[in-house]
Amino acid sequence: MTVQSPSERSTDPLARLRALTEARVGLGRAGAALPTAPMLAFQRDHALARDAVHAPFDAAGVAAALSPRTTVAVRSQARDRAEYLRRPDLGRRLDPGDVARLTGGDWDLAIVLADGLSAPAVHAHAAPTALALIARLPGWRIAPPVLATLARVALGDEIGARLGARLVLVLIGERPGLSAPDSLGAYLTWSPRIGRLDSERNCVSNIRPPHGLGYEAAADTLAWLLRAARGRRLTGVSLKDDSDSHGGSAALD
Amino acid sequence: MFASTLNGERYVFDDLKTLLARATPVRSGDELAGIAAASQSERVAARQALADLPLTVFLSEAVVPYEVDEVTRLIQDGHDAAAFAPIRHLTVGGLRDWLLSDEVGAEALAALGPGLTPEMVAAVCKLMRNQDLIAVAARRRVVTAFRSTVGQSGRLAVRLQPNHPTDDPAGVAASILDGLMYGCGDAMIGVNPAGDSLARTISLLRLIDDARERYDIPTQSCVLTHVTTSIAAVERGAPLDLVFQSIAGTEGANRGFGVDLALLAEGRAAALSLARGGGQVCYFETGQGSALSAGAHHGVDQQTLEARAYGVARAFDPFLVNTVVGFIGPEYLYDGKQILRAGLEDHFCGKLLGVPMGVDVCYTNHAEADQDDMDSLLTLLAVAGVNFIMGVPGADDVMLNYQSTSFHDALYVRRALGLRAAPEFEAWLAGMGMIDARGQVVAPPRGAALLDYTA
Repeated sequence: MTVQSPSERSTDPLARLRALTEARVGLGRAGAALPTAPMLAFQRDHALARDAVHAPFDAAGVAAALSPRTTVAVRSQARDRAEYLRRPDLGRRLDPGDVARLTGGDWDLAIVLADGLSAPAVHAHAAPTALALIARLPGWRIAPPVLATLARVALGDEIGARLGARLVLVLIGERPGLSAPDSLGAYLTWSPRIGRLDSERNCVSNIRPPHGLGYEAAADTLAWLLRAARGRRLTGVSLKDDSDSHGGSAALD
Repeated sequence: MFASTLNGERYVFDDLKTLLARATPVRSGDELAGIAAASQSERVAARQALADLPLTVFLSEAVVPYEVDEVTRLIQDGHDAAAFAPIRHLTVGGLRDWLLSDEVGAEALAALGPGLTPEMVAAVCKLMRNQDLIAVAARRRVVTAFRSTVGQSGRLAVRLQPNHPTDDPAGVAASILDGLMYGCGDAMIGVNPAGDSLARTISLLRLIDDARERYDIPTQSCVLTHVTTSIAAVERGAPLDLVFQSIAGTEGANRGFGVDLALLAEGRAAALSLARGGGQVCYFETGQGSALSAGAHHGVDQQTLEARAYGVARAFDPFLVNTVVGFIGPEYLYDGKQILRAGLEDHFCGKLLGVPMGVDVCYTNHAEADQDDMDSLLTLLAVAGVNFIMGVPGADDVMLNYQSTSFHDALYVRRALGLRAAPEFEAWLAGMGMIDARGQVVAPPRGAALLDYTA
């Protein structure tokens, strides 16, 4: 056995390694295997991520966090979480029964708060991010926020098109990693319509204070991108090139 | 048109790609594409029809039209009729029996490779059980060399994958050091950069090369950036060993990766121009579902298209090819059972085509899979003679956010099956006092000679 006791570990040269990266280095060994403590730590983190993927979306709770603003709730064509995971195409289209809830208007921006692959991320971070952003956009005509269940990023294209919005911003739960089960992504698309490509969007990822990006910093970046997108009448690769440090690149689906 | 009758019911399959799709074991990607068998009965009926199909049909009927796809042209124009001659008379079912027969050994399998098209290999794969995929692949060693030699019988190499969320040099170096102390890194030290810029690529190449030179490690470096970035790095004089690219089985899917066959040739030529190793300088990654994901699948099932990606790979005499089997997500491979099957299929198909196959035994958090599934696939692949696996600290890739195999996993499977590191690397480990007389990696911190390493 080569498992080290805590007192041995304090003089362990591998402690230096552990201080240099968040990767799971210097874990020690039980023969060839992982010692029990790091093995269970991995299982704990995987359990948190798995539970986040399968957690149901509490759209009413997010709506309450946005009150007194009026919100609209819609669903995608996926019937349940299992179908959502197998059929990303269904998560990109509105349930036909919900289409009539979205009526056309004259909006600069539509904001969609969508469960994506981590409802807990949306529960924790979507409303504060949206409110911080709205506060930075005086004079913008912003449609009532849309709460979307079993949604992929591209559902925002249909929602934005239905609302007649010039820009759509989708705040959505990112695929959980072991280190972050509750990371929020923000995807911005100019002139939304069905069939937009991912290369036509800009993304700010890892909104997750205190470990990731904070609400104020995320809202600053998003407001910058929104103004640039409105000024240049586009989003996507060419906008990102100009903003450089502002754009993220986390692919969702 | 193809047809067969099962329990009195007649099943008809319009063309070759439909027959292949319906014969494929269940997977979510083919269901997503709308090409999977509608029932188990239809699936077995398709296998019956496929088993009776003469192999020569694959020389006259393409699953993706020759006129519109350069991968099809590469496959058909490169087919070696002389190598095909020993099996020319066989059906797909007959090929399965031939591959499994006692008379067919390593030499016959190696000689057959150029006579097989990826579609033939995909077809026979669909008739094989998991144990068949293991048994045949285990007899087909594909050995390649750069500074280390990978793929020999009794050996299992590891790609050390020291990724870091911000490419921090000290963080990358910490993961490299950790992996070396478990005896990993003999296939290569290969980083997926978080940022795709040329400057970042060059600094990571220098970091790995400095470590390699300082400790005289018989391995090779790779930064997994787009081939055009690698070409630019070569032009700037960066110490690039292996040129990387993701590839797929159709022209359209490759275009989605921003490459075509001419560009791959250009990348290979750039790496060869540095003359740092021998003639094997390419590292390719693949994975079932990439063509469907790119909207370029032509109604062909994802396992057949994956075999065609190996048809692309073999044209460039690669040092290593890696199927990143569970990375793409549950809409293509839903659970542990589907990932396990796909991993064995990919390894088998690659090896039969003469490709030096490794497998990234991996999964994402939205797939129905866990570490136990990966333990099973890892063990089966090691029995099947896989050339290399990944080594990621604690199995948790903190940059790409997925779970692969760990340094501990490599240690486990080498011990369980008596597999050893690449010979040059093993000698280096012995010289560094990091393995004992039996070839077992000693417990840290006795690999102390390395412990002063920093970026």
